[in-house]
Amino acid sequence: MNKMFRLSALLMVLATLLASCGGNKEGLRPSQALSGAGATFPLPFYNVVFEQFATINGDEVAYGGNGSGGGVRNLKDQIVDFAGSDAFLSDKEMAEMPPVVHIPTCMGAVVLAYNLQGVGQLNLSGDVVADIFAGNIKTWNDPRITALNPKAKLPAEKIIPVFRSDGSGTTFVFTDYLTKVSPMWGKQYGAGKSVNFPVGQAAKGNPGVAGVVAKTANTIGYIGSEYAFAQKIPYATLKNAAGEFVEPNAASISAAAAGEIPADTRTSITNSSAKGAYPISTFTWMIIYKEQNYAKRTKDQALATLDLVQYVLSEKAQAITAQVHYAPLPTKAVEQSIKNLKTVTFDGQPLLK
Amino acid sequence: MNDKVYRSLLLVAACVVPIVCGGVIYALVTDASAAFAHFGFFQFMASEAWDYTQGHEQYGALPFITGTLMTTFLALLFCIPFSLPVALFVGEYFKGTAVATVLSTVIDLLAGIPSIIYGLWGFYTLRPLIMSLNISPQGSGILTASLVLAIMIVPYASSLSAEFIKMVPSDLKEGAYSLGATRFEMIRAVVFPVAGSGIFSSYVLAIGRALGETMTVTMLIGNTNQIPDSITATGNSMASIIANQFGEADGLRLSSLVAIGLILFLLTALINLVGKMMIKRARIV
Repeated sequence: MNKMFRLSALLMVLATLLASCGGNKEGLRPSQALSGAGATFPLPFYNVVFEQFATINGDEVAYGGNGSGGGVRNLKDQIVDFAGSDAFLSDKEMAEMPPVVHIPTCMGAVVLAYNLQGVGQLNLSGDVVADIFAGNIKTWNDPRITALNPKAKLPAEKIIPVFRSDGSGTTFVFTDYLTKVSPMWGKQYGAGKSVNFPVGQAAKGNPGVAGVVAKTANTIGYIGSEYAFAQKIPYATLKNAAGEFVEPNAASISAAAAGEIPADTRTSITNSSAKGAYPISTFTWMIIYKEQNYAKRTKDQALATLDLVQYVLSEKAQAITAQVHYAPLPTKAVEQSIKNLKTVTFDGQPLLK
Repeated sequence: MNDKVYRSLLLVAACVVPIVCGGVIYALVTDASAAFAHFGFFQFMASEAWDYTQGHEQYGALPFITGTLMTTFLALLFCIPFSLPVALFVGEYFKGTAVATVLSTVIDLLAGIPSIIYGLWGFYTLRPLIMSLNISPQGSGILTASLVLAIMIVPYASSLSAEFIKMVPSDLKEGAYSLGATRFEMIRAVVFPVAGSGIFSSYVLAIGRALGETMTVTMLIGNTNQIPDSITATGNSMASIIANQFGEADGLRLSSLVAIGLILFLLTALINLVGKMMIKRARIV
């Protein structure tokens, strides 16, 4: 009995020590536990950034990768501090909830991974990709593909398109691009997180699509760039709006955001007309409520949320993007976001000066 | 005093499970009602549309009901040639021997393997095999999912069947032998008729298991939303469509997925009920 008592006393001392370790170091405000949910696309980036953020003031951030739609639903239910989303909210979605602020956090792209024996480089254009995924181009040696790849030896095999079985921001970005470059696609299938692809087979998540493509000959599938870069999967070079064949990489992805950015940062940058831009590039956003006093949140929690967002926008965090296979935000987007953060309030009072 | 405490404790424990079960049904019905109200119950069951396009959203359960039934019954078909011999081996030919004990333990172990492991095996081993045999170009599909499902349900079908085969009275068997029957003839004329409904019920319970299997099927079925036009085609089962699309779904689509869940729940409950009733009948015989 005595032994038990001593043991528990020791444990309590340890627990107190641990708790004080996690406490605030700069004495600004008590450290907070923040929670967010949403897109899996920026997850590797967020994991690194949130870990670093925790060392500053002991604020722990838990992020659940339950998909862009799931994150927005959680924010709507007011059970998270922020949502992560690869697709900005539509006007209709915005109307269904209190005012929100979109903050772009990093950039990525959707790449077309393929499995063709003996083909080291594959050039594709938007309309050809649309017709492949619509089932109009059926074989790899179709004249429209060989015209783009005069040197490659393309087999006379059936093309097997691979797409996402789950709803996904990646699908949204990809089909948003197809809708812009192919009127046929726009009319028959449209853009969305889930789209009725008529041919091929589907798999769950980027790993699922990548796995099927890697293991099945004559397939082509769309994958988030962060995953494709990390896994070193062969992917196609794509013709952009300026007529150049561009390989997806950090520079060509960032180049896609060279155009004007609207004040609320809700913009699609697919099929960008900028020079050297990879055409299926995208922002990924954090979405927070403009009025931070909801669901009994404290002011400290609201401040911690803003600290987190500011940290993600900081140069230090943006420098991490390349290490984890994303592209950094252009300066314009960061400046605009800081401006937007100043409109965030608690009980109607702006939190930032 | 103590007795009273125990009694109330037991009562509480016994009440919790039905309450939870009732809660599950209640939640399914309330969440699914939007879809049923929008499309109509029978139209929802019979419609093969699964269109997400905003403005003209259309959801129907038919492709997934078809996918589930196809995978389940194919799995059952593939499982019989493995599970029935095992049951006879364990329950009749080598009844009570060490070999039978080892075999039945190994088969029971199959039931303990997590379904994701079966899925991985199917994805990395069986799927390339199907591609190299030129059965289907993409490897995944109804057939691949059914083959792996068949292996998964073997233990459920065989161990219960073996129990019923063991229970066949030996005076009946000896009667058959005394009339000059061979062992095979005895099994056909005595064991199967006597243990028949028991064996049948064990397959019904195995079906119940195959119906709801999610992970393995999701990894192998190909996840397309059309009604499969052949057994090598890709498709989606009721469980796999829910697993695939639950994360991003909201509104009418979420409600439709819950509705599919409700249909699956009812189907599984019905199958299990039939199985239980058959077992009861088998015991009386």
